[in-house]
Amino acid sequence: MSTEQISGFEKKGASAATYVDERVHSNSWLSRNLNKVFPDHWSFMLGEIALYSFVVVLLSGVYLTLFYKPSVVEVIYDGPYIPLKGVTISEAYDSALAISFEVRGGLLMRQIHHWSALFFVVAIAVHMFRVFFTGAFRKPRELNWVVGMTLALMALAAGFTGYSLPDDLLSGTGLRIIEGIILAIPVIGTWLSFFVFGGEFPGVDIISRLYGIHILLVPGIIVALITVHLMMVWTQKHTQFPGPGRTDKNVVGYPLMPVYMAKAGGFFFLIFGLITIIAGIVQINPIWIFGPYTPDQVSAGTQPDWYIGWLDGALRLMPSVEWIIFGYTISLNVFIPTVVLPGLLVTAAIIYPWLEAWATGDKKEHHVLDRPRNAPTRTALGVMAITFYVVLWIGGGNDIIAVGFDLSINFMIWFLRFALIILPALAFIITKRICLSLQRRDREKLLHGRETGRILRLPTGEFIEVHEPVNSEEKALLESKPDTKPLPEPPETDSAGVRNPKYKSGRRAAGLSRFLYRDTIEKPTEAEMHHGEQAVEAEDEFEAPLLEREEAMHIAHDGSVLAKPAVDAPESATDTEDGGSDQS
Amino acid sequence: MSDEITGNEPGQEVARSDGSTKELRPGEWPPADVEHHLRRTDTDPKAQARAVRQVATMFMLSAIMVVLFIVAFIAIPRDAVVSIPFIGPISALNSAMGLTFGLAIFLIGAGAVHWAKKLMSNVEVVQERHPMKSTEDETELAADIYEVGKEQSTWAKFPIIRRTMLAAMALVPIPFIVSLRDLWIQPADVETPSLELRRTIWEPGMRLVTDITYQPIKADEIPTGGLVNAVPENLLEVQEDEENLNARAKAAVIVVRMLPEEIQSQQSPDGEDWGYNGILCFSKICTHVGCPIALYQQRTHLLLCPCHQSTFDLSDSAEVVFGPAYRRMPQLPIEVDDEGYLVAVSDFPEPVGPSFWEISRP
Ligand code: HEM
Ligand code: FES
Repeated sequence: MSTEQISGFEKKGASAATYVDERVHSNSWLSRNLNKVFPDHWSFMLGEIALYSFVVVLLSGVYLTLFYKPSVVEVIYDGPYIPLKGVTISEAYDSALAISFEVRGGLLMRQIHHWSALFFVVAIAVHMFRVFFTGAFRKPRELNWVVGMTLALMALAAGFTGYSLPDDLLSGTGLRIIEGIILAIPVIGTWLSFFVFGGEFPGVDIISRLYGIHILLVPGIIVALITVHLMMVWTQKHTQFPGPGRTDKNVVGYPLMPVYMAKAGGFFFLIFGLITIIAGIVQINPIWIFGPYTPDQVSAGTQPDWYIGWLDGALRLMPSVEWIIFGYTISLNVFIPTVVLPGLLVTAAIIYPWLEAWATGDKKEHHVLDRPRNAPTRTALGVMAITFYVVLWIGGGNDIIAVGFDLSINFMIWFLRFALIILPALAFIITKRICLSLQRRDREKLLHGRETGRILRLPTGEFIEVHEPVNSEEKALLESKPDTKPLPEPPETDSAGVRNPKYKSGRRAAGLSRFLYRDTIEKPTEAEMHHGEQAVEAEDEFEAPLLEREEAMHIAHDGSVLAKPAVDAPESATDTEDGGSDQS
Repeated sequence: MSDEITGNEPGQEVARSDGSTKELRPGEWPPADVEHHLRRTDTDPKAQARAVRQVATMFMLSAIMVVLFIVAFIAIPRDAVVSIPFIGPISALNSAMGLTFGLAIFLIGAGAVHWAKKLMSNVEVVQERHPMKSTEDETELAADIYEVGKEQSTWAKFPIIRRTMLAAMALVPIPFIVSLRDLWIQPADVETPSLELRRTIWEPGMRLVTDITYQPIKADEIPTGGLVNAVPENLLEVQEDEENLNARAKAAVIVVRMLPEEIQSQQSPDGEDWGYNGILCFSKICTHVGCPIALYQQRTHLLLCPCHQSTFDLSDSAEVVFGPAYRRMPQLPIEVDDEGYLVAVSDFPEPVGPSFWEISRP
């Protein structure tokens, strides 16, 4: 440690550090981690947004527990909100109204809690897309992908349980639908629903049960999982985007102390502050307007929060099918869209890292991220999933859309049913094409450099466009494209002529792999690169005297003067045509 | 967490590709081999001084916001309302507190980020990475330790211990799971959930009353084309008695009136009239997943569920004509009593609400 400028405060800090170190060996940890390097990219802040909004959720949630009462004992409302005066309501709803109207700062905290919960879920979703589309889930980060998926599910659970606590009309309607879904589970559904609700719906237990889950169980799991998640990020070090000097063996960025600390720490305050400001001025979930829950009322046109909306859409699009087998009823119209479908999708998402590794045969460690275009199949699958989600989500609002556009609901449903199958497939094909054409452009750029827009006429009379070599940063980016090849065909027999027992499954895997990964734009070979560089140099040679002359004459870069015949160009036949742009 | 220590020797140098060298201090990573952009604050002392001022100002403003927050908390009455442009009216206290508190927090963040961007080092540095895989030696050592431990434990030697322990471990969660049984404390008069779900509190002779004022309903008070939301007459008593809303969640009904000749069919097995003079009564709880149904089109006699748009034709036994619901809406047989009020003939012959596993069992 350097001895310059140590203040008294720092001396105290140092002796505190020593005190702790002598007990827990902390300085050793600090010496290895205080300057840990973190790469910088805006998309790496998405996970941070999730983390910080979760902290805000926790803080505001603790405040709310001081006032909220998880009880459905009936009371007569006698607060300042006139329209509900004298109405019989549950204590839960009563306390939520008191938080909104009587506790100073209560409404602010309620709104901070709801807004930050929304931020949390949105940030997780977008963070997940970032991880997916850049291939950050590949070895060695597959396990963290699973932790992340579990976090995403927990976030939904937290959102749903919280939504039900105020016991207003909206939250009760949501619970009623949940009861219908539980009842539709074959064999155990009826009993399960009685266990969940403590008997028939709505009963008197569900609010207090959800309360325990919402404030203890789910946040506890989330805290534990975030800890594991971040420890893994820490140990594995963050991935980085391709760039000059960045490899799978290093990490380029800023040290934790001071830059990353200040940026990430500051960012927490920015997010917290932003949420608070929004909560101050934008109303969210005005429970007093919806009124208390009673099981025979519903307000038409109410929508669930966006992350549940797609399941609502699935419920609407599913045709009405119910089977009776041996006298027992299976409500496929409810069970498939709300249990089977999400179950399959979540499972597919969780095991995706292994699926991809299996289909590509990729067993390497990856720390440099893929550009989405360079993994066309993965990118296309991701866009396909998003399209599927969006169609279902639109389905969740089909009545609003039908009314808005004056369409019949019947038409909307059939349209969306077809769209649900066709649009994701189209999205897959189109995305893959776009990726491949971007790859083609990259290859051109890498081979022939950047197009400058300046046109030269060669002595032969031929016109060429002058290219400039790409700069080192861009070159590193372009060169980062991995060479993906589909799995090879397995050998039918081994060298001794013995039949390969895995031949059949191997062929099937290779077939799938070929279907998924055969399309790619080859990276330029060394020879091609060399050739390309020479071409760029040759163009430069042609152009050099012109540029010199131009510089000497201080010709304005409007292009017009360049049309004059060259005065002192060595090859007098070389001429420029107006390219209309400068050579910056 | 095995990051190597950057214990650079004093004076240690790294070469850069442009031929220059840089001396590293202990604890400093080598700079990345990319162009280093100098900022205004690196070259211009005035710009630097300005940035310093800006950062300090933000921190100071944050403190001022805290003071303003306290002022707002004390001074603004709870019921004052302000109107925010483009957003609408909202509690004045709420927005004043939100803005001052929010800015107090935000400005700390803004100051810190500005400080980092303008004044802290902006040199990107390189740290090495190592494969996640442990070295051969480490793995071997771990395996050796495992072997020693295994032997010392006698785990392999006495299979009977191993097996009984695994069996015991497999069984030990059972008491906890069994204890969950009383998540539903089964009343003595209830055999199974499915029987409970089939019953509502409707019984023969029970009057229908409106769901808000609880007045009995006279048959001739309902106009043709009209719809009345109704509940059983004893609902409030039952609710008070049971201290829950379960009875309401199953017994709520709608009563509609159409011209008798418009009725194509009813749910009675033998064509008997379950209504009265064109007045029919149906469950209000959707057979899809249980939303209360509210929308009725008198011209077409279609009943539409607001949740997922299942549509039922009330003139035709309330069969599903559209949407995801599968079962028709159960009909409640009604008649009028001596005083002309609508009463139930019996409980619902078919179970109300969403389908469940045992619903079609007798
Ligand atoms: C509670 C929610 C979550 C929090 C608080 C959280 C937080 C973070 C943070 C702060 C990072 C490091 C910075 C970054 O890459 O953005 C990170 C990385 C990561 N997260 Fe999350 N995350 C959450 C949910 C998820 C989800 C839903 C997934 C995916 C299914 C996921 C997968 C990952 C992976 C694989 C990494 C390592 C990425 C890399 O090193 O490039 N996380 N997370
Ligand atoms: S609950 Fe009525 S349609 Fe779904």
